[in-house]
Amino acid sequence: MNITVDEMEKMTGAMSSAELASERHSRTTVGDFTAADPRMTCRNVDVWYGSKQAINGVSLDIGKNEVVSMIGPSGCGKSTFLRCLNRMNDTIDGCRVTGSIQLDGQEIYDKSLDPVPLRAQVGMVFQKPNPFPKSIYENVAYGPRIHGLTNSKAELDELVESSLEKAGLWKEVKDRLDQPGTGLSGGQQQRLCIARTIAVSPEVILMDEPCSALDPIATAIIEELIDELRANYSIAIVTHSMQQAARVSQRTAYFHLGDLIEVGETNQIFTNPQHRLTEDYITGRFG
Amino acid sequence: MSKPTLNAPQAPVRRTIDIVNASLKRRHAQERRFRRIGAIAVALGLAFVVLLFADIVGKGYTAFQQTYLQLPIELSAEKIDPAGTREPETLSTADYMAPIRAALRQQFPEVTERRELRQLYSMVSVGAPQFLREQVMENPDLIGTTQEVWVLADDDIDMLVKGQIDRHAPEESRRVNDRMLGWVEHLEEQGRIEKRFNTIFFTQGTSREPELAGIAGALMGSFYTLLLTLILSFPIGVGAALYLEEFAPKNRWTDLIEVNVNNLAAVPSIVFGLLGLAVFIGFFGAPRSTPLVAALVMTLMTLPTIIIASRVALKSVPPSIREAALGVGASPLQTQFHHVLPLALPGMLTGAIIGMARALGETAPLLMIGMIAFIVDIPSGFTDAATVLPVQIFLWADSPERGFVERTSAAIIVLLAFLFLMNLVAVLLRRRFERRW
Ligand SMILES: Nc1ncnc2c1ncn2[C@@H]1O[C@H](COP(=O)(O)OP(=O)(O)O)[C@@H](O)[C@H]1O
Ligand SMILES: [Mg+2]
Repeated sequence: MNITVDEMEKMTGAMSSAELASERHSRTTVGDFTAADPRMTCRNVDVWYGSKQAINGVSLDIGKNEVVSMIGPSGCGKSTFLRCLNRMNDTIDGCRVTGSIQLDGQEIYDKSLDPVPLRAQVGMVFQKPNPFPKSIYENVAYGPRIHGLTNSKAELDELVESSLEKAGLWKEVKDRLDQPGTGLSGGQQQRLCIARTIAVSPEVILMDEPCSALDPIATAIIEELIDELRANYSIAIVTHSMQQAARVSQRTAYFHLGDLIEVGETNQIFTNPQHRLTEDYITGRFG
Repeated sequence: MSKPTLNAPQAPVRRTIDIVNASLKRRHAQERRFRRIGAIAVALGLAFVVLLFADIVGKGYTAFQQTYLQLPIELSAEKIDPAGTREPETLSTADYMAPIRAALRQQFPEVTERRELRQLYSMVSVGAPQFLREQVMENPDLIGTTQEVWVLADDDIDMLVKGQIDRHAPEESRRVNDRMLGWVEHLEEQGRIEKRFNTIFFTQGTSREPELAGIAGALMGSFYTLLLTLILSFPIGVGAALYLEEFAPKNRWTDLIEVNVNNLAAVPSIVFGLLGLAVFIGFFGAPRSTPLVAALVMTLMTLPTIIIASRVALKSVPPSIREAALGVGASPLQTQFHHVLPLALPGMLTGAIIGMARALGETAPLLMIGMIAFIVDIPSGFTDAATVLPVQIFLWADSPERGFVERTSAAIIVLLAFLFLMNLVAVLLRRRFERRW
């Protein structure tokens, strides 16, 4: 008698919500979720927090050199989905991901795959700027150092400089690299976090509402930066601002209660949404 | 006049501001009362602390001085080193009491009766020859000369000189009789009595004689015990906290462990002493009365404190730091060691120091494992029989001699000084490493 009452309850709970989810699967995504030149491909991704399903069979590609934005009312699972892409959800107790997510044809949820190098390949920028409470230099140098990307101090210095350069922060901080990263302004901190992310040369960068804690000017700088970064990286960005999605992304995905309702060219989504829910959301009738 | 006109007084409309103003007085009074109660509580607490310290310091400060008698001592070569070889062996076995007694007799030639002589001899400490021997061994050239030597006085004389024994009390109720009092006053007149800094108190182990008793043995015992306790409990405690907080799955087992850790923190310390007696001494055969066993018991006792403090410290590290580290591809262990631990360390150290301070003052469990034995030698390792400071205080407080009263208080002063120091270090550490993010 190994199974306790508790565990039985959990199992039945999971089953019933799975059944529930399969019912809700009738909602199919409107629009083409594939990308011409995909870097990451997600197929039928389900995510559960315990017995509660947060993502229902989402399929979406992230192409090379494109910015995909994810919009939707809060609580619809944008962050949850984004965090699947670098297995950040592994750290949450009781979070379960099924379906297929591939990076360059490699299944990232494969049992044999180590999430540590994956996270070097798929970097992440968080909602609230979270520099390490260390110097600006150390913030950027940390990733390359633990991965052993450089062979000498000079090389590391160079990498730090070029990363800060790409993040558009070099000019502002080059004279105070040894000062704490936490002493920068919010916008600078977020760019420092971007520099830290690109220092390990990821292929994909995930951004979860990177500007929600910033003022409009800092936001504009970051948006410009995102546009530049597109030349070298694939970017998936979650945003609550439709203007931002319209400005920075080529494709937009609209999420609603864990479903991917509609995907398409950003222009088309904002000018000519196909699904009623999408239309309600972008016209401000909902959310 | 039922129709209100513009000028007519309207039914009084109570505006919010009036309501607020009405209640304002009561609220202010409440606040004042609360503040006064708080101030009284603080004042009361401070008063008790001051009272406690005044009492202890008042009783104990005299122990930092010790009475000495100056006597012209003839170190005759025939008596001390008849062969004239100056060999350490001969020098150390020589009788040094005899020259001291001779010097006393010389000071008071009128004393000849045996009983009186015994009283005269009792004015110097039984440990006095030991110090004379050390002086001679250090400097053999003294042999054959007559030296003015400051000789350690007996505790009764010490008490008399310090005024702890009332000279004007009737003779029957005074430990020092009139004859001895006369000798003391005679010596005082000649300037042959002096109070000097009491080095013995800090350099010697305990003794049955108050004037020879010191805290060095207990201090070293406490030092070895605390050192080993820290070495054992800090890494284990931090490791356990790290595992429980960051790596262990959250399930019924870890819940159970958490509850038990919290329970252990509240277990009376004597229970740990009984456990130590049964397990470490009874089962594993560890030597009794040693810092080793004491440290093992203290480790068990402080572990819960350190684990709880460390978990709190880990919890207070914002999760965004962990996400940031994981996000650039740090492994969970790297995340912990590079980012989380450094931020949590001050809190952990504070917990450890507070745990150590508690261990320093702990007495009850150590009584169970034989630390109460009378040990004169200063321990020089973890497996030497030893006692610790609070137990020493307990033992002295139990001694009837008047001289131990002030030494008890003096030992308490030393213990409190160390506790203060440790708490100060904890506060400074917190200040020093407190970081904003
Ligand atoms: N750690 C978690 N544990 C349990 N439920 C969660 C957790 N994180 C998010 N959720 C739930 O998953 C759903 C989607 O959340 P989230 O992905 O954060 O939404 P969004 O980013 O779109 O606002 C919400 O209903 C939320 O309550
Ligand atoms: Mg979110």
